Amino acid sequence: MADATVNPSTTAMRELEPAARPRAVRKPRGILVPLWLGYAFLYLPILVVVIMSFNDSENLFVWRGFSLRWYPELFQNEQMMQGLVNTLIVATGATAIATVLGTLLAYGIQHYTRGGFVRAFAIAPAILPDLLLGIGLLTLFSLLSISLGLHSVILAHAVFATAFVTAIVLARMATLDPSLEEASRDLGAGPVRTFMRVTLPQLAPGIVAGALLAFTLSLDEFVIAFFTTAPTQPTLPIVIYSMVRFGVTPEVNALASLLLLVSIVTVIAAQRLTRLTGTPK
Amino acid sequence: MTTAPLLRVEGVRAVYGDTVALHDISLDIADNEFFALLGPSGCGKTTLLRSIAGFETPESGRIEVDGRDLLRMPPHKRPVNMMFQSYALFPHMSVERNVGYGLEAEGVGRSELRSRVQEVMAVVGLEHLATRRPSQLSGGQRQRVALARAIVKRPRLLLLDEPLSALDRQVRASMQLELKRLQHEVGLTFVVVTHDQEEAMSMADRIAVLRDGRLEQLASPQELYADPATRFVASFIGTANLFDGTATATGVDVPGIGGVAATHALAAGDAATAVVRPEDVELAVAATSSLRGTVVDTYFLGGASTISIEVPGLAAPILATVHGATRIARGDAVGVRFGRAAVVAREAAAASVDDDADADADAAASDVESGDRSPAGDAPAPQEEVSA
Repeated sequence: MADATVNPSTTAMRELEPAARPRAVRKPRGILVPLWLGYAFLYLPILVVVIMSFNDSENLFVWRGFSLRWYPELFQNEQMMQGLVNTLIVATGATAIATVLGTLLAYGIQHYTRGGFVRAFAIAPAILPDLLLGIGLLTLFSLLSISLGLHSVILAHAVFATAFVTAIVLARMATLDPSLEEASRDLGAGPVRTFMRVTLPQLAPGIVAGALLAFTLSLDEFVIAFFTTAPTQPTLPIVIYSMVRFGVTPEVNALASLLLLVSIVTVIAAQRLTRLTGTPK
Repeated sequence: MTTAPLLRVEGVRAVYGDTVALHDISLDIADNEFFALLGPSGCGKTTLLRSIAGFETPESGRIEVDGRDLLRMPPHKRPVNMMFQSYALFPHMSVERNVGYGLEAEGVGRSELRSRVQEVMAVVGLEHLATRRPSQLSGGQRQRVALARAIVKRPRLLLLDEPLSALDRQVRASMQLELKRLQHEVGLTFVVVTHDQEEAMSMADRIAVLRDGRLEQLASPQELYADPATRFVASFIGTANLFDGTATATGVDVPGIGGVAATHALAAGDAATAVVRPEDVELAVAATSSLRGTVVDTYFLGGASTISIEVPGLAAPILATVHGATRIARGDAVGVRFGRAAVVAREAAAASVDDDADADADAAASDVESGDRSPAGDAPAPQEEVSA
């Protein structure tokens, strides 16, 4: 590590100012090759989609020249627009549930449990195979005779999204000084007031970051939605999937590019907020 | 004390799993007193403070303020306020809002809140920082904010958990004086938890010395220094030459140096330790003295010098303090005489077993255990034998 001399107490600041590190030894250029290859591997497929979204050709795989025509046409495609609306409804609903539930869950875990067992159980749905969750939820819904539709997708997405929110809020909580809540109690504030005035504002960056992540994850979730929605109300990923089977039209590229833009913006926002976590400001 | 105590702690016992943090602690604190709970880390002082504040629940015992049972009240209903070791300032609020938080929670009206916040900020000298965030303040300023926030509600009792430990040495010295001044000015009762005996000695009216969850001695600083009740107190408070030996009618008989004269209440033959403060060690001409040694080191401290003398038959050198600079140099032969000596019983069966093993191992030897003032060491914790 190049930062061996950094005082441990400034750890939080460290990641904010990478430029402060001394440029000690010139590293050989060759080392950068695998780095760039790695990035290329990760981002070439995405780059192709973005470039082809400006392709004038009807054929998905032949470049004919630059054009913006697929963007307006995308908005004429009723099937896709309906899918987009469905997806936005699902993502918003699932995020709302997950944010509230995840925050309360994290608070409860932090305050009323010891050890990692309960904690691990709360976060597990985030890493469980989607297939498993999908089948399980479908079975559960039919057992409870809950009809399928957007509402069932909302509930289904809320399950794994809650796990993500919980994980992020817990991480934020771990950085907080536990005596803040004690100080509030000591000064005469009851448990509810303490939660609203001290705990919640301190958790806010984590909660917002968790919500943004939940939203983006729900936005492009396919497997679980496929299992739990009604055929008449497909979400966007399902619409695209069914279109691909009958031949993709170039609007898909335009749509993918727009979604990419939205995702990037949210992820950056979420990361900025999570990073605030480390600093006492 | 003739009047009823402000705080009464009675038979408080606290347990964490298998460890007993407090063994039946009882003590009274009077109104307007500056009281210190002193002891090495793990001695239970913080547990006691947090039990008074309401963040720990003792297994048994009573804690009363003005005769009212505190243990039945949740923390936010208790007439005490605490200044936390980490200060625990709310990072998302300005200094002003931090200080006003307690009044707001109490439902104090806006104009009264304003004037009381301003008043208390003036007392701690923070008026000019009212709109700052805690992250924009220095350590000393944060400490003042924490203090202002804790006193603004005029609690019956102000609890301070290691109030000065986060400050650097120079600021700490001035804050010690300031805390003392403030206590007089606002007329509150202070209970300070500290591991720093110098801090406790310089600020407190009375000190309770705790070790391993037991109250070792409760007395004024002067009394603790002059008449320690136990060997631990003698070694923890200030610097002391400790000579382990056997009580006799006229003092303590110490193997290697003979009799040390002192009055005491022990029976002859009891295991005893003579406690001689370095300023009570007198130096004499070697030739005419019965106890002789060789100077191994001298430390000049400005107002005084400490001389470390090796005496044959003793494991640790004897420390002597003299005024000003000294002409005595390393290698000189000197005679040693003891002035005033205090006597404590050596811990027998009553004390915890693991400490006894230590005490027995060097029973015949003398050892010097010193606090912060030791010229040789700069470690603040004088004793390592503390169990967590």
